Amino acid sequence: MAKKFLTKDNSSYIIVILVYLIVELLLKTGHVSSLMKGLLVPLCVYVILAVSLNITVGILGELSLGHAGFMCVGAFTGAFFSRYVGDAIAFGYLRFAIAVILGALVAAIFGIIIGIPVLRLKGDYLAIVTLAFGEIIKNVVNVLYVGKDINGLHISMKDTASLNLDAASSDIIIKGAQGITGTPKDSTFTIGILLVLITLFVTLNLIHSRTGRAIMAIRDNRIAAESIGINITKYKLLTFTISAAFAGVAGVLYAHNLASLTALPKNFGYNMSIMILVFVVLGGMGNIRGSIISAVILTLLPELLRGLNDYRMLIYSIVLIVVMIFSWSPSAKAFRERYFGFLGKKKKEVS
Amino acid sequence: MALLEVTDLGISFGGLRAVDDFNVIINKGQLYGLIGPNGAGKTTIFNLLTGVYKPTDGKIVLDGENITGKKTVDICKAGIARTFQNIRLFSDLTVLDNVKAGLHNEYKYSTISGIFRLPSYFSNEKKINERAMELLKVFDLDREADYKASNLPYGKQRKLEIARALVTNPKLLLLDEPAAGMNPNETAELMETIRLVRDRFDMTILLIEHDMKLVSGICEKLTVLNFGQVLAQGETAKVLKDPKVITAYLGE
Repeated sequence: MAKKFLTKDNSSYIIVILVYLIVELLLKTGHVSSLMKGLLVPLCVYVILAVSLNITVGILGELSLGHAGFMCVGAFTGAFFSRYVGDAIAFGYLRFAIAVILGALVAAIFGIIIGIPVLRLKGDYLAIVTLAFGEIIKNVVNVLYVGKDINGLHISMKDTASLNLDAASSDIIIKGAQGITGTPKDSTFTIGILLVLITLFVTLNLIHSRTGRAIMAIRDNRIAAESIGINITKYKLLTFTISAAFAGVAGVLYAHNLASLTALPKNFGYNMSIMILVFVVLGGMGNIRGSIISAVILTLLPELLRGLNDYRMLIYSIVLIVVMIFSWSPSAKAFRERYFGFLGKKKKEVS
Repeated sequence: MALLEVTDLGISFGGLRAVDDFNVIINKGQLYGLIGPNGAGKTTIFNLLTGVYKPTDGKIVLDGENITGKKTVDICKAGIARTFQNIRLFSDLTVLDNVKAGLHNEYKYSTISGIFRLPSYFSNEKKINERAMELLKVFDLDREADYKASNLPYGKQRKLEIARALVTNPKLLLLDEPAAGMNPNETAELMETIRLVRDRFDMTILLIEHDMKLVSGICEKLTVLNFGQVLAQGETAKVLKDPKVITAYLGE
């Protein structure tokens, strides 16, 4: 079987690398506004979030509205770690790498804890429970106080005073609604792109393996999947966990881009979860490349329209509607096949 | 030699006795038919055999192993595969991937080796691909291997479903109304396919069917079910002449 080089998967990697090279070139020649510079890391965050949610929504076929919750868990775990060790690990890349792994791990653990009871539910019910989970996480973080002194860590859910810190050596790391301040700014665009590529690598390889086939079989027909010996619970939980872990990675990247990290409705609330879902739906369920493109476009669009002030969100919504129609109406599909069909379309092979 | 031995199988849904006192012995290599009017409990028996429902009473023994009340996944591993009355394919997967999914428990490698493309991924995927293509060739579906399963014509979807069930390497194959919705030509082709499956794979088959031509054409033995109870049982020719069967099901 002759393999085509420009498959849909390879084109995802190529797009990411090309964008990276172009942006780096523009940065070097000084053609990027400071506004755009500030958007580069968030772009990577959103791409990772969209791809990871697509694992749950597109590949497993379960609707989750709590993705921002897992991101929140990852963000606070990563930021807490970096803040806690501080300059004890002077080498920023190493500190960040450990933060990413920790963030992913803790988010994955939350994925398992939430997944075990919740994955018995289906469709709308699952969506609502995950939505509630996201809100709970956000609210818990808002009343969480953690400080360290020479005696070690102190945790409280009340206020800073109840931490009982030793006055001379006290350092409050998580300060309730004020969150974590002073996280080292370890995130860079290059690191972001690297994490995007890792996410892509894991996701795409997962899809094209025995596990991926089992997951998609469950999505397409649960009863038939069970009848050919696929363990539904195991694979659902596995998918949910992997998806949560990458949301955690995105959270760590997000947290290390900000001087102060707080859990607001804006960044970790259900608005965020729904925005990620919009990326996924717009890019196409189960279409990883689509998720990347739509996450980038929908993040940049409001910023590019900034000059239009009042009409900005209006145009944004209209573009959303038009793109939705364009991607799913049959005639638009035929149009795309005709003019853009060469882009990663799979050739039918006769062997 | 008996492959499947079902004794006094029964299930109640609340006050409804859907299947009562069902007994059957199916020998290795046999083509066994299960017929009866709609609502007689035929599919319920399939669901009991494959663990979708847990029987209220009775015992199911497959090849000497008691599989009563086991989970669907374990019953699949024990060696019962099935197709469904309303086709249940993995509609968004390709024809090839449908069969490959059926090989889930035949060739195993871990998720980790799948993600990082370790050697066991390549060696197993190669075998999976070969096995799947080989089977598709037998069913004359190899040219459609890259099609989406939902784009296949109806008759071929039925075939693919049988192929997917077969690839799990079962001892017993259950076919739930394989000829439903088929025209006479397709039914004739299906009869050939079922014979082929029996002879080539040395398979024991239990099938539910309403098409009497198919039933009398290929089934060696029959059980007739009515209101959850066995009405008649035995050689196909004899059963079909039974006056009770004629009144309850076939019509004068």
